[in-house]
Amino acid sequence: MEINRRDFLKVSAGGGLMLASTLSPIPALAREPKVRLPEAVGILYDATVCVGCKACMAACKEYNHLPPEYSTPGSVWDNPLDLSAKTYNIVKLYKNGAGEVKDREINGYSYIRRFCMHCVDPACTSACPVSALTKDPKTGAVKYNKDVCIGCRYCQVACPYNIPKFQWDQAFPQIQKCELCYHRMAQGSYPACCEFCPNGGSIFGDVQHLLEEAKRRLALEPGKMAAYPLHRVDSREMRHRIVTPYQKHLFGEKDGGGSQVLILAGVPCDKLGLPILPDESTAATSETIMHSLYKGMIAPYVVLGALFYIVYKNTTKQDLP
Amino acid sequence: MVEESQSLGGKVITKPFMVLAALVLVGVILMLYRYLFGLGAVTNLSDGYPWGLWITYDVLVGTALGCGGYAMALLVYIFNRWEYHPLVRSAILTSVFGYTLAGLAIFLDIGRYWNGYNLFLPWHVNFNSVLVEVALCIAAYVAILWIELAPTVLAGHHQNPKAREARESLERWLPVIVALGILLPTMHQSSLGTLMIIAGHKLSPLWQTGLLPLFFLLSAITMGFAVTIFESILSSLAFKRPFETPMIAKVGGVMAWIIGVYLVIRLLDLLVRGQMGLIFQGNLNSFMFILENLCYLVAFILMVQPASRDQLRWLFVASTAMLLAGSLYRFNAFLVGFNPGPGWSYFPALPEIFITLGIIALELMGYLYFVKRYPVLPKIEHA
Repeated sequence: MEINRRDFLKVSAGGGLMLASTLSPIPALAREPKVRLPEAVGILYDATVCVGCKACMAACKEYNHLPPEYSTPGSVWDNPLDLSAKTYNIVKLYKNGAGEVKDREINGYSYIRRFCMHCVDPACTSACPVSALTKDPKTGAVKYNKDVCIGCRYCQVACPYNIPKFQWDQAFPQIQKCELCYHRMAQGSYPACCEFCPNGGSIFGDVQHLLEEAKRRLALEPGKMAAYPLHRVDSREMRHRIVTPYQKHLFGEKDGGGSQVLILAGVPCDKLGLPILPDESTAATSETIMHSLYKGMIAPYVVLGALFYIVYKNTTKQDLP
Repeated sequence: MVEESQSLGGKVITKPFMVLAALVLVGVILMLYRYLFGLGAVTNLSDGYPWGLWITYDVLVGTALGCGGYAMALLVYIFNRWEYHPLVRSAILTSVFGYTLAGLAIFLDIGRYWNGYNLFLPWHVNFNSVLVEVALCIAAYVAILWIELAPTVLAGHHQNPKAREARESLERWLPVIVALGILLPTMHQSSLGTLMIIAGHKLSPLWQTGLLPLFFLLSAITMGFAVTIFESILSSLAFKRPFETPMIAKVGGVMAWIIGVYLVIRLLDLLVRGQMGLIFQGNLNSFMFILENLCYLVAFILMVQPASRDQLRWLFVASTAMLLAGSLYRFNAFLVGFNPGPGWSYFPALPEIFITLGIIALELMGYLYFVKRYPVLPKIEHA
């Protein structure tokens, strides 16, 4: 009835296999961070150009058939306080002290537009157990399929930006989020928010071009006149304005593994409510652990074999033939 | 075959049983309300805190409390300690109810339950998702647990020759079933911890670590031993049976060493990640971290010394402390330490709490019914 040394070693070997892969600092099957899709499209939002008119919010509601939200008593127009199952896109205000100068951190203010970042390596698509959230293989838009969604809300737990929203007041609820107007793109058009932005605060385009445009802007000299394209990065329609100073941080270039929505601002992004994220998506970390333990189900089968052998021996009091 | 277990007999419908039934009824009515008017109508869940009491208690704590069968199977069948075999049946029974109801609670929590079958369609399943591993593994384990319980039910009908035959053929498959019954909880109890890895910065560094799966696994095993001790003492008291002290005290000794290993790794992990400072910030997270690990420490100190663990009173305190410690760890890692950003807060709503109470009541009713009707608890002469 005592544990003999051989049994103990066998058990240790089985358990050790599982533990070792969890504990080892460089896991055997690291999941490489995902890279940008060659034809990915996205949006560049420049808070220094944005005038806070909320035309993007109105257009988003119209073209996504979303109901208005009355957030204050007696309100007669759409005035959401934050993103919700009825609001995919919102313009918020940062204000500090006297709030005198636009795009200044101290005693200044800034607009910040929030919507799905369409991550390069999205946590939500990695978390979704039934592939209801998927990344379009061509455009890279993160899309939702209600017909397979089980409503587990793990996407909400996973998203670093709290983007997916759930219909808490519905008996048959859905997840709701910005899908980069893929229904408009399918018709050769582009996201409504960019089409209706009057000032060039949000522009649509290939992510590669958007990255180049963002870097061009970061290199501009404050106080000088410069041209800013309207609606689309490849547009010939330009707006000329005096450059205001930027924070030297292109949010979304690397943050959280990178995103197809890029943000430029005069105020540090964390002050505008964006999270401070490492350069690797949590999806890569999570999948590395899962793949190390379960790739091809090899480790579980080996452990099962060992367990079976030990149990067989202990219950029948004999070794396998 | 020598029977080492016996049914208690006696009336099933007693006063406590009726009180439990009333709680179940309240729960069922509230559940109907949830299905008619949505999750927002009965819970305080929000887009910031999409998972609340049901996931944390019913699934995380519920299945950990259901790890008695797993922990005892490890001890008896793997480490060949057959002297603990009399405890296995009641441990499995608690596991059956803990896990089955956790499985049902998931269908209460998921918003689009009618799509639930997609989890079992390979062309929809996303094998990168930690939740897939958890869901499939728990589903498989619920089936295994009922198979493990089957001999008990069949033994209850021992005069029926068909039942005896079925039982004998089941016992031939025992090694496979037991091996699966150990592998599956090892997999999903660790994966329950892995679930939070993807939440990244939203979980406080006091709990966010690559070792989450290891901590969840070790705490599930220790909770499994603790619940076996706890249940043994309580059922001895409730049904006026002799205490199983020497045997459960030894289980406590085994448990103490696992807690010791856990605590050392837990603190080393914080030290290596340079997050020790967070323990002393005087906020809710620090307080809950200290409380959680104090419970662990109490359980460890009481269980590691034969002088205290041989006394029933301290054994009871220690197992309670361990159950609290593991439950607190789960609540902390999924709710308290989870901060989606400014403006969000969560505390369960009253109907949410009552639904969970209803589920617990159903579990207790099932336990009472089974120990009275079927040979679950150890025979008194042997105890």
